[in-house]
Parts: sequence; C-alpha cells; structure tokens
Amino acid sequence: MTTNILSNEKIVFECETGNYHTFCPISCVAWLYQKIEDSFFLVIGTKTCGYFLQNALGVMIFAEPRYAMAELEESDISAQLNDYKELKRICFQIKQDRNPSVIVWIGTCTTEIIKMDLEGMAPNIEKEIQIPIVVARANGLDYAFTQGEDTVLAALAQRCPTVPAKLNNSSIAQPSLVLFGSVPNTVATQLSNELKSQGITVNGWLPAQRYNELPVLNENTYVCGINPFLSRTATTLMRRKKCKLIGAPFPIGPDGTRYWIEKICSVLNRPEDSIFSEGRNINLNNLHERETKIWNNLEEYLKLIQGKSVFFMGDNLLEISLARFLIRCGMIVYEIGIPYLDKRFQACELTLLKQTCIQMKVPMPRIVEKPDNYNQIQRIRELKPDLVITGLSLANPLEARGITTKWSVEFTFSQIHGFTNARDILELVTRPIRRNTNLTSLGWNTLVLK
Amino acid sequence: MIEQISMKLAYWMYAGPAHIGTLRVASSFKNVHAIMHAPLGDDYFNVMRSMLERERDFTPVTASIVDRHVLARGSQEKVVENITRKDKEEEPDLILLTPTCTSSILQEDLQNFVERASLNCQSDVILADVNHYRVNELQAADRTLEQIVRFYLDKSKNQSVVTQNKTLKPSANIIGIFTLGFHNQHDCRELKRLLTDLNIQINEIIPEGGSVQNLKNLPKAWFNLVPYREIGLMTALYLEKNFHMPYVSTTPMGIIDTAVCIREICQTIQQVALTLQNQNSKNQRLKEGFDTYPNAMTEGPPFENRGGETPSPFAQVCEGERHLPFEGVENYIDRQTRFVSQAAWFSRSIDCQNLTGKKTVIFGDATHAAYITKILAREMGLRVSCAGTYCKHDADWFREQVQGFCDDVVISDDHTQVGDLIAKLEPSAIFGTQMERHIGKRLDIPCGVISAPVHIQNFPLGYRPFLGYEGTNQIADLVYNSFTLGMEDKLLEIFNGHDTKEVITKSLSTESGLNWTVPALKELENVPGFVRGKVKRNVEKFARQNNIVNITVETMFEAKEANS
Repeated sequence: MTTNILSNEKIVFECETGNYHTFCPISCVAWLYQKIEDSFFLVIGTKTCGYFLQNALGVMIFAEPRYAMAELEESDISAQLNDYKELKRICFQIKQDRNPSVIVWIGTCTTEIIKMDLEGMAPNIEKEIQIPIVVARANGLDYAFTQGEDTVLAALAQRCPTVPAKLNNSSIAQPSLVLFGSVPNTVATQLSNELKSQGITVNGWLPAQRYNELPVLNENTYVCGINPFLSRTATTLMRRKKCKLIGAPFPIGPDGTRYWIEKICSVLNRPEDSIFSEGRNINLNNLHERETKIWNNLEEYLKLIQGKSVFFMGDNLLEISLARFLIRCGMIVYEIGIPYLDKRFQACELTLLKQTCIQMKVPMPRIVEKPDNYNQIQRIRELKPDLVITGLSLANPLEARGITTKWSVEFTFSQIHGFTNARDILELVTRPIRRNTNLTSLGWNTLVLK
Repeated sequence: MIEQISMKLAYWMYAGPAHIGTLRVASSFKNVHAIMHAPLGDDYFNVMRSMLERERDFTPVTASIVDRHVLARGSQEKVVENITRKDKEEEPDLILLTPTCTSSILQEDLQNFVERASLNCQSDVILADVNHYRVNELQAADRTLEQIVRFYLDKSKNQSVVTQNKTLKPSANIIGIFTLGFHNQHDCRELKRLLTDLNIQINEIIPEGGSVQNLKNLPKAWFNLVPYREIGLMTALYLEKNFHMPYVSTTPMGIIDTAVCIREICQTIQQVALTLQNQNSKNQRLKEGFDTYPNAMTEGPPFENRGGETPSPFAQVCEGERHLPFEGVENYIDRQTRFVSQAAWFSRSIDCQNLTGKKTVIFGDATHAAYITKILAREMGLRVSCAGTYCKHDADWFREQVQGFCDDVVISDDHTQVGDLIAKLEPSAIFGTQMERHIGKRLDIPCGVISAPVHIQNFPLGYRPFLGYEGTNQIADLVYNSFTLGMEDKLLEIFNGHDTKEVITKSLSTESGLNWTVPALKELENVPGFVRGKVKRNVEKFARQNNIVNITVETMFEAKEANS
C-alpha cells in the first residue's frame, strides 16, 4: 500500500500491567474443530480448563463435539504415572470412538509448568496409532484468546506438503497463493471469489476443510493473512516453509477488504512472477466502485454511529482493524486496548489506521497493549464514550452504570470479513445503540445505587 | 496402597474446580475481594457471575497473572503488589488470595506473600486453604466459608468483642446462601418468610450479602440453619464446637421434610431456651441480658393467631405453666400443608393420579437429588428407578437418605455413565442437571432441572424457590409440567403430528394406497400408543414389499414375524 502521511502526529503506544479479562486461548478448539471437519482436539489440562470450555462453549458440549479434555490428576502432576502411556491410551480410545484424520493436542499451562514433553511424545504415539498428531501450545501463560488459533495454524503449517501430490515438472516453479486464517466456508468462498474477479486464483487455505486438503507450501508460495492475530503462523510460513508473505491490512470492513485485494494484486502482478490467470490487469476502478457501493448500502447504519465515540477494552486482537473501520465509518476512537501487538505483522493495518484518522480528521487513538481493566474503567468513567467494546465480565456492570457496551467476543464468532459482511459488523456495533435508543426515553438508564 | 487415578478423557464435569468454590464465597460477601494466582484467561468466573446472575456490579475478583516471567523467576513482588494495590483501590474488608491449579503446581509460598502483604494493608488478608487436586468446587466453598468465619471469630475473640449473649428473641443464622447457587436467592427469601412465620428473627445470613465485620455477631443467634448439604456444614460444626451453637441441617424441601425441619427448629429453640433459663437463674450477672426474655417471647407477633389465643410454641418454656409446646407448631404445619401449599392437595387431585407409578431417574447434587427423590416417591407416588449424585464425597449420606425411596442408587461424576443408565432404564421423565436435560433431548425424554450445574435459564427473574411451602408448589409444577409435556409428545406421536386431518378420516393411512381392514385397525388400536406409529409403519412396509393391498390381522402378524 502506498502511503503519503503528511501529519507529524503519531499514534501513541502504551503498555499497562496486563491485568485484563480475556478468554483462555484453548477456546480456539470451539471454532477450529468445526472448521477442520475430520479433526479431533484433545486439550491436555486440568479441571480448570475443562470448566472453562464447558461453560464458554455452552451448548456445543452436547452436540457430540470432536473435542475433549485429557484431565490431569494429581498422580499425573507428581509423575507417578507415565504420561506417554496415558496419552497413548486416550488417543487409542479416540481413534476407536471417532477415527479422526488428525488429533490436535492442545498444551495448557499445566503441561507447560510440569514440562510435559508433548512435542517429543507426539511422533512416537503418532507412529503407534497411525493418526497424525499435531501439537499446539495454546496456554494462558503466553497467549490470549484468538492467539490460540495462531498456535494451531503454526503447528499445522509444518504439516503442509512442500511438493504437490501430482508432481509435474513444468508446474514446479508456478507461483501460487495461499490464504491463512480460519473462517467459515462461506466466507472463504466469498473472499476467494473477490480475488477471482481480479483474476487471481486462491490455491489453498490454511486451515482447509479437511486435514488431508492442507495446501502445498514452498518457496514459490505467496501467503496472506486474513486475521490480525496470526503473526506466529506468518513467521512459521516464512521461516520454515520459505513462503513469501504479502503484508496487507486485513479484509475487515469494505476499506480493509479493498486495500487487502489491492495489495495482493499489486504483489502478484509483478511481471517476473505473475500468477494472473490470463495476464489481465487489475481493474482497480471496478474495485473502487465495489467499495463505494458497499458504503452506500451501509448508509442507514452510518447515520446511527457518525460522530459517536468508541472505547476498545481489548481482548481478541481484532481491535486495530475494527477501530480503523469504525473511524472510517465516522466514529471517534478514544482507546484501542489490545492484548498483544505485533507491529511488523500489523504494519500495514497500523499505517492504514493512521491514514484513515488523517482522512477523517479525527485524533489518533491511543493503543494500549496489555491493558489494565481497572485503569481502563477509570478512563471510561472520565471519557464517557458512547460505546465500549468489552468482554462479558465487564459488559453488564458497565450497562448498569448507563454505559452502552458491545460484547467483543461476538466479533470473533461472527462473519466479519470481506465486502459482503461489512454490514454484519455494523449490525453488531449498532445493535446496543439501537436497543438503547428504544429504552432511553424510559428514564431508567442507571441501574445501580450510588 | 495409594489409589492411582489415571488421566481421564472427559467432556463434561458436574462440579467445577476448587477455586470456583472459593470465589463464590468471596464474591458473595460484601466488600471482600479475591485475588487469583492464575494465568491469563482463568478469570472466567467473572463472566459466569456477570452473565448467569446478571450481576450489576463488577465482580470483586482479579487475577495476579502468572506468565512466563513468573514461571522463570517466581511471583516475587507481583502478588504482594497486587494485594496492596487492591487494598488501596477498593478498600475491601478482606482480601482473599485464591490459589488455582497452576499455583498448586508452582508451590510458591503464597502464605508468605499474604503475611508480607498484610503488613501494608488496611484490609485483612488471608490465603484460601484449598488444594485444586484434593477438593472440588463444593468442598472448597464449604471449607473457605468455615475458614473466613473462623478467622473473624478468632480475631474478635482476641479483641474480646465476640458477643456470646444470645438475642432476646429466638433467632437464627442462615448459612450457605451463595452466588451462582441453584435458586439460592429465592430459597433465601422463602426461608426468611418461614422463620418469620415461626416468630424467629434472622440474625445473620452468610455469605450472600453478608459483611465479614458482622461475623462476630454469629454466636448471638440461638441456632444455625444450614439449608444445603454441600455448603455450610463445616461452618455449622465449627460454631457448634466452639460456641455450643446447635444447628438444623434438615433441608425444608417437600412437604414432609419442611415439617421435619420446622419441628427440629422448635425443639432446638426449646432446648436453647431451657439452657438460657438455667443459666439465667444460676448466674445473676446475666440477669440484665435475659430477664426480659420471657416478656419478649410473649410480646412479639403471635405465632399462630387463632381466635385471639396466642399459643406460642415456646410458651411452656417462657411461662412455665403451659404444656402444649407443639400445638402451635403442629397447627402451623397442618395449615400450611393443607391450605397454603397446594402440593398436598395436588398429589390428591386426579391430575396427579396419572403420574402414579411413572418411572423417573433423578440425578444431581446430594441435597437436591435426595430430597427430590423423597418428594417424588413419598409425596407424589412416582417410581424412582434410580437416584444418583455426583457428590462422591458424600455418598454414604446420600444412600442413607434415599434408601427405600428408589430401586437403585448411582454415585458417579461420569456423565456418560449417567447417560447410559438413563438410556437403559428409559424413564418417562428425568430430573437432573443441565447435562441430563441434554441427555433427555437426545433420547426424547422430558427433563426437569433440579440441580446445578446450571445454565442461564436456571436463574429466573420470577420467584422460584425450591425450599419451604412455596417451594413445594414450584416443585409440583416442575414435575407435573415435565410429564404433561411427555404425554403431549406421546399423543403427537399417536396422532402423527399436529395435523388433525388424519383423525377425522378415521383411516390411519389414507395416502398410502393400502387398505386397513376393520379388524386390523382394531388390532392396531390394541398396540400401546407409544409404539403404534412404528408398528403401523412396519406393517405397511411389509405389505408393500409383498404386494399386499388389504391389510388384515394376519398381515400384521406376518409382518411381525418377518421383522422379528
């Protein structure tokens, strides 16, 4: 993306104490087991992990999910039992009951602390039970919420074939494009089609719908991320699989989607390794038209939020992209809390954020990494934002104090990517505003005793 | 020999991890703050409290985050800093440092952190004495409550501010009302009503809404009431041992046991009154405290007002001449049973006749499963094929309670075992936890939820106690509605869905091109309703396969033989 930033104003980056609420990264099994249809996720942890999964994932527990806990008891912790034998027994049981194509072991805090050698055991058990075992350490010691998916995808990337199944000498040097990030199949199709209409074929997705459909990755593969929390996967793809990373803003909101497509096109359009199917040029006008049309369709939502202020408390790493989109929608963002910011992986997104602020003539928001929820609440009290995007543990107490909130986890579980789903983001963002507009005339906006 | 428990493959657990129990106690008290020593994401308790209880206030629980640095260097100053910081920010009465599974393995000297932190804190600071690997949520809650009560009573003792003087009027502490407890708030209101009816004043309710500063007043009550088996007994035992306070632990759930509970309360009060009188006459120094007591007893609102008479249940103790100690109580119980509660009448009404002998399976925590078993068997005439609990630590009590009221007992925290059992027994209805509700959905058996673990729909806004006389009504509704729904399902099956056309045509298979002869139709009617549809389908399938147009009784038998 070409940038011409004229302002000297800089985005303020801060780092607080890390005392904030977020979901444990093991929650990624919830969407990944559904995405990878022939997988089985085994979370190796304690009752605490199990209790979280059971309560956070609610009804899914009862739909015969393809995930389970290997619950560690005191004897496992004190090494009275042989981890290897125990895990083998459990994996055999899973094989018998479900016969998955891959078992993903999710390492937790406990396996970290007792230094259970999951990576060492997996290859041996894999040989014995004849099912691939992928190890991902999605623990709360190192990661927050959506970063769980990052650890799983990074591990899966290692399993991607380097050479195509049908080896064809002439096609060996063909450049290809693989997108990474887990989205529902409809969204994957939508994004693939957007690129197709620019003449670009998507050769594969990480993750694919089935384990044995994992894409081919090698030094001729261009990769591009669709979610801001996938920095580890990006690193793995570049370093271990020698792929070429296309850095771009993320396809969230019509603005993000347009820049994302443009960036991919601009990279792949290089004459030396063009992968355009028929050597067509990018029809950027067409793309701009498409974006404008989407914006026009959002008019009724934009009216509701223009000039209103937002405060992101931060818990799922989507914050920068969402803030950038909302600023473009005409909102003012006071603060972007975020668990972790990889300034390299998010570089283009950060540049676009800055550019959008200048374009919309609004002040740059402060970005607070590892926020402190207590301090944030003090700031919210002072700033009185029109909307606070926050986790479930703080949403009800804030609402009771007359502060409108949107539950942030919903952005993780909704379809928010591409042109088509921009409407859904605004549907989510405006819902509390629309609801509270209906109720506000009733007069009972503050529901706590002073 | 040490029992070796192996790594378990688990999808669902009934009782949560220990720290959840501790946090439930801490956040039930007013102005108590819990600090968890835990990795990022372990504060899921806050979500549950905020969402399930629809709590308006910020949950007073924060985490002192265990991350990579802590693993490498230990918590060092971090925990102490977090405690002193919270002390300044929130000025709580008590800060409770809560270990988790992670801190159990790290084995840091948390007690030492607590001691260091309390030097710089206005708040009291204590370390919750729970081990993740030894106790579950319920045991931890029981233990933590006792720990807090003990801490404050010891503290008051040292400052000699413990009040051992009893209240003038008979009074009770209610112990064991908790946040995230199954219908606890409603039960609490109902218990207050019951005690008020009995002319007993409420001294303290803990932990929900209680203040730790008031714990020193606990010994002022005449006795303790512990409504739930799981949480509060340890505290009651401690108070009995150290302050000679009797306690009543019969749960007033169901008509019969509510009466038992009331009688126990009255006996307890009479004993306390007697003791107090003896002390009073022996010890003149106590005169000031107690000689107004008999007046107070007769002055208060009449226990049961019948024709101007005021037969206080404690009259004989108070005035020393009346000899009908239980008359008032028995009248109260009788009146409530027959006319205030509708449950006694309900079990006599013809509605309830249809329930006679219906097979049920009951599963839940010890308290609810045991008492609901007794209610269904004794008060409603249902057949409890199996009663079970996941409170393995309390198995003996449970067995003893349900003995004679059910065919079989299951003690297990493995939901697949419970599911298999239900599938095998094929009851007409299940009464269990949310897990059994889902098992029921899968097996097409209706289920009433009677115990935690629970979902948000088990935190109703309306008044839904399980205890006391209103509780009996609620339980009767729950039971009856479960079965009616079950019956409706069967009827729908018999009449092939909601479309009533087929009933009007008087033929069960108009569109099939098959002709059922009259005798065959009659025979079909003899087939029990719930399998009739299946039988009919099988016969028609057989007829089609064998090119039979007219279905006769013989065809039916042939089909049956062909199928078997």
